Amino acid sequence: MQLLGAGIAKPVRTSGGYQPGRGTAFARAIWRHRWLYMLMAPTLLYFLIFRYGPLWNAQIAFKDFRPLLGVLGSPWTGLQNFEAFINSFYFDQLMGNTIFFSATKLLLGIPLAVVLALALHETWFARYRTVVQTMAYLPHFLSWVVMYGVMLTILSPNNGLINQVIESLGGDPIPFMRSPDWFRQVVVVSDLWKETGWSTILYLAALLAISPHLYEAATVDGASHLQRIWHISLPGIIPVVVLVTLLRLGHILEAGFNQIFVLYSVPVYSVGDILDTWVYRQGVLQFQFSLATAVGLFKGAVGLILIVVANRVSKRITELPLF
Amino acid sequence: MQQVRTRDAITYQILVAIFLLFVLLAIVVPLWRVVVTAFTPLEIYTRQGAPLFLSPTRWTAAAFQQLLGHPLFPRAMLNSMIITLSGTALSLILTIPLAYGLSSHTLPGRRVIMLLILFTFLFNPGLIPVYLLVVKMGLTNSFLAIILPPAVGVTNTLVMMRFFEGLPDELKEAARMDGANELQVLWHVVLPLSKPIMLTIGLFYSVYFWNEFFTPILYLTDRDLMPLPVLLRNILISASFNEYVEYDAFSTSALESLKSAAVLLTMLPMMLVYPWIQRYFTKGTLLGAVKE
Repeated sequence: MQLLGAGIAKPVRTSGGYQPGRGTAFARAIWRHRWLYMLMAPTLLYFLIFRYGPLWNAQIAFKDFRPLLGVLGSPWTGLQNFEAFINSFYFDQLMGNTIFFSATKLLLGIPLAVVLALALHETWFARYRTVVQTMAYLPHFLSWVVMYGVMLTILSPNNGLINQVIESLGGDPIPFMRSPDWFRQVVVVSDLWKETGWSTILYLAALLAISPHLYEAATVDGASHLQRIWHISLPGIIPVVVLVTLLRLGHILEAGFNQIFVLYSVPVYSVGDILDTWVYRQGVLQFQFSLATAVGLFKGAVGLILIVVANRVSKRITELPLF
Repeated sequence: MQQVRTRDAITYQILVAIFLLFVLLAIVVPLWRVVVTAFTPLEIYTRQGAPLFLSPTRWTAAAFQQLLGHPLFPRAMLNSMIITLSGTALSLILTIPLAYGLSSHTLPGRRVIMLLILFTFLFNPGLIPVYLLVVKMGLTNSFLAIILPPAVGVTNTLVMMRFFEGLPDELKEAARMDGANELQVLWHVVLPLSKPIMLTIGLFYSVYFWNEFFTPILYLTDRDLMPLPVLLRNILISASFNEYVEYDAFSTSALESLKSAAVLLTMLPMMLVYPWIQRYFTKGTLLGAVKE
């Protein structure tokens, strides 16, 4: 098993074995690959402009950026923007909301996906399994705007299904998406609804890789259904669970920008605002470019450290790197 | 697996089936609700809201007619098609050569290119630096602002690279012996063997472009350029509803029916290709995750 981008550690083989002519051999190797370089040139140019260009612009996090002065011409301010953010009153709120959403989605999402994968794997009815899988995977392909429309038919105070039930029982309709008491639950549950089915595919692949002989032997030995799950199925998918958990811990500051952006509104900012939505409002709507970039850079730096650490841990525990 | 039909086993199977039924209903009921709301006639909706079941004779497509009657809706559909098709084409045109180049382990500088690309995957400087770049390049109110910045996905490139690495070297070598250059090898030998991976990665890109709504909100202010998800969002937010749909006292559909119909029309193209999407996405996702 290898990582994404395997071969990075492999030495570049230069053709031509003899030592004195190394330089020319290298030049000849480049010349021999000239077509390949020309083919790759547009994509490399893309990376230069659209991936490294933003990195160049990111220096405004350490400046007081004024559009008229440009990125280079704006005066340096050192770490002022970072200090302003970390000492501000919204730091705790933004970090709190961001980590709350990621952590809850992770803690509920993984066990739910594992249980669903086990159930799909256990059932004898193959056609039934296909139907459930097809429907459960579907929401993954819907955008959050479409999701919002679907959620309105269930949660809206005007004839949303749940509110119809509440009203028929004599209660008052609840504006779930605009109520600070309900917004977090709505975010977490809608994410589970959308992604749990799809996230079973990794576990199902791991379950299918377990030898059927193990189950047969266990059945012959008189193991119960739960014992078979506990002693054969679960150990088979634990490495995948560890891998997915580490990967998602590495992305703990990604709380789901698209989702929150579509679902949130002013009344729920206190419980719903996350780093990314705040960066958007401060940067694009309030023109606080430097401050917003500093927050984005802070998030990027923490993300980089977390994913590298998660990768190390993953290599040690499961002997599989994440990337 | 050997199925031993003891009474115990059958009870267990029924419990598992009931659990799966709950999952199925949890997914289907909200989607069914959207369908019924969209097709419910105004007089039924004003009396009782959207019913759980609607008699087959009462279904009406009035909401769809009303939506499609406004020039913005067909226009938005066209915009979405243009963005999805051109975005996917551009993405593939840029991804294939890079993946192909990186699949050649003898390429001098391969390691450096790999490191530079992986770094952009691991470190993301956030929204504002990209936003400033796109604005500075004068791409606002152009579809290029939507399709250029995310054109090449690092994961997609690496998945494709690994596929190319797995192709037998002899075929490529034979073509090179016959005097083919790399472009010809790629075009005549590699690509014909790579249809499954092209379809997989192409579908990844097209689902992304079809669903994308944030960058169009960010960069496109011209109403005529609005893609479908952005129009849908504006329709769903009641405050600005009247700007996008003809809706007044003479409306033949309820507000909620119009919203649900808009949701369905936005989903429709995706649902038409869903069987393919499901098959190839599953393969592609496993390729990206399990690295043999």
